Amino acid sequence: MADKPEMPKMNAETLKLDPSFKYEVMKEHDGETLKVCFQCGSCTSSCPTARFSTSYRPRTILRMAQLGLRRKVLESQTLWLCTACFTCTDRCPQNVEVANVLRVLRNLAVKKGQIPGIFTELASNIYATGYVYKIPEMRLRKRAELGLPPLPKANLDGVDKLIELAGGRKLLKSAEVR
Amino acid sequence: MSDLRYLFFIGCTIPYRVTNYEVSARKTFAKLGIELVEMSDFNCCGLPVDPASHEMMMVLAARNLCLAEQQGLDIITLCTGCAGTLRKVNRALKEEKELRNRVNEYLSKVGMEFKGTIEAKHFIHVLKEDVGFDRIKDSIRKPLAGLKVAEHCGCHLLRPTKIFGWDDPENPEVLKGLIELTGAECLDYMDEPECCGYTIIAIDDKVALQLTREKLQHIKMAGAQAMVTVCPSCHLMFDMQQSRIERAFNEKFELPVLHFPQLLGLAMGLGPDELALGDLRVSPSKILEALKIV
Repeated sequence: MADKPEMPKMNAETLKLDPSFKYEVMKEHDGETLKVCFQCGSCTSSCPTARFSTSYRPRTILRMAQLGLRRKVLESQTLWLCTACFTCTDRCPQNVEVANVLRVLRNLAVKKGQIPGIFTELASNIYATGYVYKIPEMRLRKRAELGLPPLPKANLDGVDKLIELAGGRKLLKSAEVR
Repeated sequence: MSDLRYLFFIGCTIPYRVTNYEVSARKTFAKLGIELVEMSDFNCCGLPVDPASHEMMMVLAARNLCLAEQQGLDIITLCTGCAGTLRKVNRALKEEKELRNRVNEYLSKVGMEFKGTIEAKHFIHVLKEDVGFDRIKDSIRKPLAGLKVAEHCGCHLLRPTKIFGWDDPENPEVLKGLIELTGAECLDYMDEPECCGYTIIAIDDKVALQLTREKLQHIKMAGAQAMVTVCPSCHLMFDMQQSRIERAFNEKFELPVLHFPQLLGLAMGLGPDELALGDLRVSPSKILEALKIV
């Protein structure tokens, strides 16, 4: 519950500009529109998280990405505070896919090994059970008591193969990998 | 065979901790002639892992869409997150050839192929577009006259407008229209289409709970006696987290939060037990007394 999520230290290394970074973002699915952001700030002023977080500012993150502040963007904990409500995307006068660009940045952070623990947890649950949560036995018994039909089960052979093909293995707890 | 036949995509959150939503939905859908076909195989819609891996989200969603295509049925969900994700991926795979080829390459390894032959719908789309307001109106036996409620539709049914575009994201009207069929009055309130905060509660609960708290404040200010949701995750924030918010901010809300099928069920004349109202964390007894139901 930190008010100010940890930011990477501002040393010369973190502040180094990497002009190729924006192209890396733009080639991902829905990342192309990063280039047309003209910094009006409609995203930040529409953002529900920005009202309560002292550090999360979508406009700032987009500008840092355009400039090529690779490490400062990808190592920032605030990147993970987007609720994916898509209000920014709806209100952007430049039709920047703001929420999607931010998602591309989070996906890139994961590729660099920056993975908040919750996502490892959720991905591992899906890999192991098909569901995103581990549903306790007690719940399944209660379903029967309530007269609800049994829960459908995933064919896990299909699910785990697809997760691996899509590059999801790095998200899994090592114990889960079959 | 009913013309209102759908493949029922239950998702993960409802069986995990919001069973009363499912109970009330099954009861009310049956009264409207909606036939739910149970899935024998399914997996998480993919949305929870999208922030970490868009590719993983897409294959998970695509696998569910393929299962529905094999059955030749449109999907119905009770969750805005599941509906939004399946609808969004379905559309992207139908429209973007390169993406479809890539995903089909993965799917071929498990003997599946995305063809683009079905639709994925949230039940409020089904109620508005397929069942129709007239049929719902005919099912009302005990109009909830005098009851004032506020709606929360949930982000993933509204935005991005470019993808959904079936309601006004700045002033959503579909759920409001459905609520008014029950005889209850649906009040406007400040920042009505705003997010509940659920998606970031595991990242920063302080920010997430402040979003929820602000919505509860605005709804109380408007004078609502209850709130109505159509998503298990939004419901967890407003109902299950409500007492935690009250303690954290030293503030009282005592605002019952009903799943829309529970509200509709009461208006159809179903009893509170049949609709599992006893499973709500915030007791709805005050509104039931006001409606002379108990």
